[in-house]
Amino acid sequence: MNYLYFLYTEILAKYNIPKLFGEITFYIIPFCVLAVALLIIVLILVLAERKLLGWFTQRKGPNRVGWWGILQTLADALKLLLKENITPSKADRFLFNLAPILVFVPAMTLLGIIPYSAEFTFVNTSSNIILYLLLAAFPIVSIFLGGWASNNKYSLIGAVRSIAQVLSYELPISFVVIGIVTLASSMNLTEITLSQYTKYGILGWYIFPCILGFIIMFLCILAELNRCPFDLPEAESELICGYNTEYSGMRFAIFYLTEYALLFGNALFLSVLFLGGYLSPFGAYLSHIFFGETAFANILVYFEQVFWLIFKASLIIFVVIWIRATLPRLASFDMLKFSWAVLLPLSIINLLFMVIFKYITGGAV
Amino acid sequence: MTQGWLGMTKTTLKLNLGPQHPSTHGVLRLILELEGEKILSCEPDIGYLHRGMEKMAEKLSYIQYLPVVDRIDYLAGCFYSELFCRTIENALNIELSERDKNIRVLLLELNRISSHLLWIGAFLMDLGAVSPFFYSMREREMVLRFFEKLTGQRMMYNYFVFGGVRNDIGYIDDIKEIIKILPNKIKDYERIITDNPIFLARTKNKGILEKSVAANYSITGVNLRASGISYDLRQNDYLYKGYEFNPVVLQGKDAWARYKARILELKESLNLIRQALDKISKTKTQAKTFISPLGIKLPEGEYYNEIEAPRGLASIYIKSLGDNVPYRLKWRTGSYYSVNLLKKLLLGEFLNDAIAIAGSLDIILPEVDK
Repeated sequence: MNYLYFLYTEILAKYNIPKLFGEITFYIIPFCVLAVALLIIVLILVLAERKLLGWFTQRKGPNRVGWWGILQTLADALKLLLKENITPSKADRFLFNLAPILVFVPAMTLLGIIPYSAEFTFVNTSSNIILYLLLAAFPIVSIFLGGWASNNKYSLIGAVRSIAQVLSYELPISFVVIGIVTLASSMNLTEITLSQYTKYGILGWYIFPCILGFIIMFLCILAELNRCPFDLPEAESELICGYNTEYSGMRFAIFYLTEYALLFGNALFLSVLFLGGYLSPFGAYLSHIFFGETAFANILVYFEQVFWLIFKASLIIFVVIWIRATLPRLASFDMLKFSWAVLLPLSIINLLFMVIFKYITGGAV
Repeated sequence: MTQGWLGMTKTTLKLNLGPQHPSTHGVLRLILELEGEKILSCEPDIGYLHRGMEKMAEKLSYIQYLPVVDRIDYLAGCFYSELFCRTIENALNIELSERDKNIRVLLLELNRISSHLLWIGAFLMDLGAVSPFFYSMREREMVLRFFEKLTGQRMMYNYFVFGGVRNDIGYIDDIKEIIKILPNKIKDYERIITDNPIFLARTKNKGILEKSVAANYSITGVNLRASGISYDLRQNDYLYKGYEFNPVVLQGKDAWARYKARILELKESLNLIRQALDKISKTKTQAKTFISPLGIKLPEGEYYNEIEAPRGLASIYIKSLGDNVPYRLKWRTGSYYSVNLLKKLLLGEFLNDAIAIAGSLDIILPEVDK
């Protein structure tokens, strides 16, 4: 961050803009960037999912609005914006309106704690991981509120299902994350990323000692995000979209878009923990390889790091969509059994293995 | 409200599943009483798609009624058409030519394939899988394209007429294409669906239909054969005389067996189509003896016929007083009895298993409500 700050103030000084202005805006700009980036990312993700699902099922996907369907999501969002916001007459108005607002908070915050490049984290505390563990379970609060306040039986069943689901899948995540903390000897995401650095690139990533943990956490994140095959709370063919049955217009759009923002945030988080975050898979950064140790390359590295992080997250998102195109939904009882009887024991074994691994590789901290 | 543990009151939730619910395949309404997600009682409510098919017959002459019968089951129109034509032909002693018989077998089996393909897609959709629906619809499209070329219609063919078929068969190459492509595609379905662990968990040992229950509830067709009772009307059907045919009988009794049986039936139908094509190529088109449909009057009496439709035994009963309209006409359809079975089969199941079980029975509402 310091380096960027230095660059920024230097540019401002060139045009004789007072220093105070720079000091204030430097901390506001990132949040505006984040808010805009979040919207753009969500729009791209929705399009990507529809395109990919289309290709998986031998269709073309959206291809009418804009070139290659690129404006389709925007058009959909606009349509939802213009629609009437219906509140069911017997719904709890306050909670019903509160739920879509609440759901946006964790999505925004989650993107704020990710280290995008070496100098670029919005909120860099010494224990970002704790923040994540709290945030990951938070969307369920609004899902439950929304489902409950709708006063619809299908929504209620969906809401109750989602509570059961998150309670069961939160525990394995914690065990896996603690395993990573053990390996990295740190709770700070930037330090976790840097501790995965070796000159062999990909070999230092935690996915290799912790492949079991990666799979467990991937499955748990699917469950927390209500993605297929864990989409029980919003099972379309059973509960008619569950908790958001009664939502319409912009409120529905917020639920819908936040789902993708959360998916993106969780994918970023997974890549930070297991896939080396913003590190290059080749060890050295491509910009250093091509341009040498020049000042230009040093600036380019920041963008390259962001690219690698998003690239890794996209791979994870691709697999998530792939799974959605392939698998049927789990039964509600099997969903609980899978967590408590399979994932939880495995995650404890994983933690044990991580501790032993740390001991052998000589992490005497 | 009942007394529960520690004197707490226990309430149940009454849930209307349908009539506008995505997985009731039409407008079936199930009134469920739930305790948690467990179903305590189930009351099917039908009639939302009642079109008065039977009463209509009493007002229309036989030829006027002929286009209507395709609409009893829009996914397998040929079977009801055949049933109706057959009854009239039997009553008036009209003999079908060999070629027409084989054409009818060919179309019936193609129709069965399109019906089963749709079911596979819809069933997997009920279970939450998106892709198989599009895959099976893609193959169904081939069959429908052929039907469209031959009959001008994709679903309500109105192709069978008293004494034969409307036009001679054509577009044989399309059928050969279907025969060539479909077996590979069925293999693909099996690879993505049949041994999928989640699919197995959702369907194995779910909705077990015992032989005695199936017999008591008059279940026929694939659902019955998946419970281990070998009863396929095609074995005795006069149209299918001279065809080599093994009815698909499985011992599983569960939803998975009903799925597997339909996959196997697809293969069996392909077999029959191959034989029918063979036989058709051996016969030549011949000038038809024209039967004027306008003057058709059934002699006084009662007529009954039955056929193996994709959703079980379908039968027709006509009582005629010698007029050009029937005095009473009655249809029996397979789905009607499957809906009735839901009352028994869904008891004690969880809500999402209930959807899987109801889906596995292949219920089509226009057939139930008529």
